[in-house]
Amino acid sequence: MKTADVLRLSGQSLRRYPLRSSMLLLAISIGVASVITLTSVGEGARRYISGEFADLGTNLLIMLPGRSDTAGAGLQGMLIGETGRDLTLDDSLAIARSPYVGRIAPLVIGGGAVSWRSRERESTVIGANAAFNEIQRWEMASGQFLPETDIDVLSPVCVIGSVVAEELFDSTPPVGEWVRIGETRCRVVGVLAQAGMTLFFDTDELIVVPVANAQQIFNTPSLFRILVEAASAEQMERARSDIIDIVTRRHQGIEDFTVITQDAILSTFDSIFGVVTAALAAIAGVSLIVAGVLIMNVMLVAVSQRTSEIGLLKALGASRRQILTLFLAEAISLSLLGGLLGYGIGEAASWALRTAYPIIDFEAPLWAALAGLGVAIVSGLVFGILPARRAARLDPVEALAK
Amino acid sequence: MMRLRGICRDYPVGDQVVHALDHVDLNVEPGEYISIMGPSGSGKSTLLNVIGLLDRPNEGSYELAGNDVAELDDDALAALRQQQIGFIFQSFHLVSRMTALENVELPMLLAGQPMKARRERAADVLDRVGLGPRKSHRPDQLSGGERQRVAIARAMVMQPSVLLADEPTGNLDSRSGAEIIAIIEELNTQGLALLVVTHDLNLGNRAKRQIKMVDGKISADQMTAGAPT
Repeated sequence: MKTADVLRLSGQSLRRYPLRSSMLLLAISIGVASVITLTSVGEGARRYISGEFADLGTNLLIMLPGRSDTAGAGLQGMLIGETGRDLTLDDSLAIARSPYVGRIAPLVIGGGAVSWRSRERESTVIGANAAFNEIQRWEMASGQFLPETDIDVLSPVCVIGSVVAEELFDSTPPVGEWVRIGETRCRVVGVLAQAGMTLFFDTDELIVVPVANAQQIFNTPSLFRILVEAASAEQMERARSDIIDIVTRRHQGIEDFTVITQDAILSTFDSIFGVVTAALAAIAGVSLIVAGVLIMNVMLVAVSQRTSEIGLLKALGASRRQILTLFLAEAISLSLLGGLLGYGIGEAASWALRTAYPIIDFEAPLWAALAGLGVAIVSGLVFGILPARRAARLDPVEALAK
Repeated sequence: MMRLRGICRDYPVGDQVVHALDHVDLNVEPGEYISIMGPSGSGKSTLLNVIGLLDRPNEGSYELAGNDVAELDDDALAALRQQQIGFIFQSFHLVSRMTALENVELPMLLAGQPMKARRERAADVLDRVGLGPRKSHRPDQLSGGERQRVAIARAMVMQPSVLLADEPTGNLDSRSGAEIIAIIEELNTQGLALLVVTHDLNLGNRAKRQIKMVDGKISADQMTAGAPT
């Protein structure tokens, strides 16, 4: 029996029950498509977040108030924001004097009402300094970022995001205008170019003021974060231990803050998203097993429906192996076709997601696409064997009598 | 060509054992025309199945074209059946989703022959049973007599040495039945051995050698002049 004939025969018998065959194809393709789509979501999210952190530069240290004692829980501390003694501007100034430290950017974040003439809107207010933009690298639509000053100096200036500029000023050029933030007034020195959502905030809705002004606006001496750049990549470890020493000394010998490196965050996110992606793939994989059981069920029905045909094939000289091959070929063609169809649907869904959310690169990893197809084919094979063997073992005399 | 000695075939039915074949001896020579007759349950179909290698005897020896059947495994039996034996059945047993031509091709396909050779040979055999113009009809577009002719073409396509027919006219009206008989008798005159199992005395009496079976035994085995041709 030639392979081409086997394929033709199984195609013929699948076409004989178009509804049943297409339902099975649908079941399998949904399984494969969901493996591909879900992993593309997981992978897309992972790459997006990795990319956001990679943008911050590789020799970055992030210092945050509060201490979690569990090893490796730095990220948790960062997200929950456990509090101990606050980090202050004086801490930043002390860190800045370390020989291993390059740029330093203390940050304060809060919300506030911003107004110009009669217009007012709520915005996220960030207290930062000129160095912050050297780390963050925002583009300017007009004007400049905050001027270089000492970090503890008050200066009535601000930089606004594109949406804020549009909504407050319409067509008036904002640079040089005075706006009111809470109780204070400041002059707009620059407008950020449109950049959309980043990991922490929507750039377009920001107002950036000098960090000392932000502390005044929110009436707090504490800092949200201190971003510290090591003088060079080689000095990361030195810088890390040095700033821990400096701030611990300043806090009466208690290490009540956390310093995390960008690498640590990246690998934490990587492993979290790796697990999430694998879990999504496994959940989707279950639907493939279900599809496999469906294949088995349908093939068992096919064997009993075609009992007399199997008897006939035996009378015409078909060996057991040939009968086995014919029925397995049907199961596998179904699962292969379904798998390819599902692959197409899954890739189309990832493409649709990419089109809808261009900032995230939704793309299923190769292993997921291969695993989806592979599991589909293997389940066709595994669940096809039982019915095929049953067909091959039929007694021809009894089968013909049916 | 065929040599059966002491063939027994028992079936358990409930807690009893039915002796469908009880020590049957039979020789068949090439080109013979044999009818096997007997009441229901006399074992004639079982005998045909054993001869056709669809059923294995519990006891006895069976030699077909120089092969001791007892020594062959399932695949070897299938191969021998493919080369030596053509079957036709009362209910035709055509594959309903295939055309007449594809049905006739089926044994050659199972034998692994290439498409082109199959097409030509199958078309040729269909021409010979008078179905040339209806090659691409499916069984449900054919009359009973035409279906049985497709089945005969399928049985002949591998050029077997014996044709086994189990009530070949049982589902046909008398005119179609007569046509079918004419075709298989014509094949017999060309050297094909013909074994026909039937209830129909008129059909059975046409054979040159007539075997009667009762209770799993051959009760009569006589040569006659056969039907006038």
